[in-house]
Amino acid sequence: MIGYSPLEIWTIIVVMGIGTFFLRYSFLGLAGKRPLPAWALRYLRYTPVAVLPGLVAPLVIWPTATGGAFDPARLIAAVVTIAVGVLSRNTLAAILGGLAALYLGLWLIG
Amino acid sequence: MSSSNLSAAYWRGFRHGLPFLLVIVPFGVLFGVAGTEAGLNLAEVMGFSILVIAGASQFTAVQLMSDHAPVILVLLTSLAVNLRMAMYSASLAPHLGAASRWHKSLVAYFMVDQAYAMAIADYERAPEQSLAEKLAYYAGVCTPICPQWYVSTLAGAVLGAAIPAEFALDFAAPITFLAMLGPALRSLAHVAAAAVSVGVALALAFLPSGLGLLIAALAAMVTGAQVELWMERRAAR
Repeated sequence: MIGYSPLEIWTIIVVMGIGTFFLRYSFLGLAGKRPLPAWALRYLRYTPVAVLPGLVAPLVIWPTATGGAFDPARLIAAVVTIAVGVLSRNTLAAILGGLAALYLGLWLIG
Repeated sequence: MSSSNLSAAYWRGFRHGLPFLLVIVPFGVLFGVAGTEAGLNLAEVMGFSILVIAGASQFTAVQLMSDHAPVILVLLTSLAVNLRMAMYSASLAPHLGAASRWHKSLVAYFMVDQAYAMAIADYERAPEQSLAEKLAYYAGVCTPICPQWYVSTLAGAVLGAAIPAEFALDFAAPITFLAMLGPALRSLAHVAAAAVSVGVALALAFLPSGLGLLIAALAAMVTGAQVELWMERRAAR
């Protein structure tokens, strides 16, 4: 990968692997003797919806493939993916809907 | 306890895990493609899927690496995506906490979203199950899911290079994230958190890659928690 040495890439992979393992092991390891306080659970509940939208938003508005130029087909695909996901509550249906919208959009708009 | 009980628990888990193949295989293929597109070699792509085995955080890391984010920010942000797993761990602890350290390590390694969701539902439905039955069920759920994550990643990484640019695969990862997001927008608090995350991330896009996202995620978590408290107080009135 451009910009990273193999050592840096493997550092990322291994540290992520170890860190993720310990997050998963954390409370199991304590054998459930100390349950998480309610306030901590309340924050943790929102981590996926806190991280994923912020990660994707710039990619939708300034796509990498167009060199950052706004692309209506990609915006439409993003909106359709969210809409199908909210309505169907089904991740796979949302992926398929989003890809269909993307290809239709790229074909119609160019 | 008879071995037939254990076998029944294992196969019940296996049946419950089977439908997730439909999600895991395309998702794994997309990760293999995204990793290869970003310039990772086969060993590195497989290293992610085998050592980390957490799709959303793997996509996050690869995306940030494509943006040339500093290593520390790649790590902080992609591990933040996995914070929810500490919550899974806390919620499984009353059921599996008494297992041996070796068994708990295996449970932890394979603790993907689908395995957790199926296991906690089964344990709460039938809490009187023995520890061994609960572990057998967990192993059953993981069998159709986890090995297929490695295999489909490999398929994506090998095929990825052969897929032409017209397929706009740069957008495969964003679509996968958004597809996971839709079903997660369960309440006003979740929607508010997502909205703050988008707003702050776009406003701070001028910061070094990854830093704006980290701030946006923290702001969004606080927003979600506060909106939830506010809704509880309103409902209590």
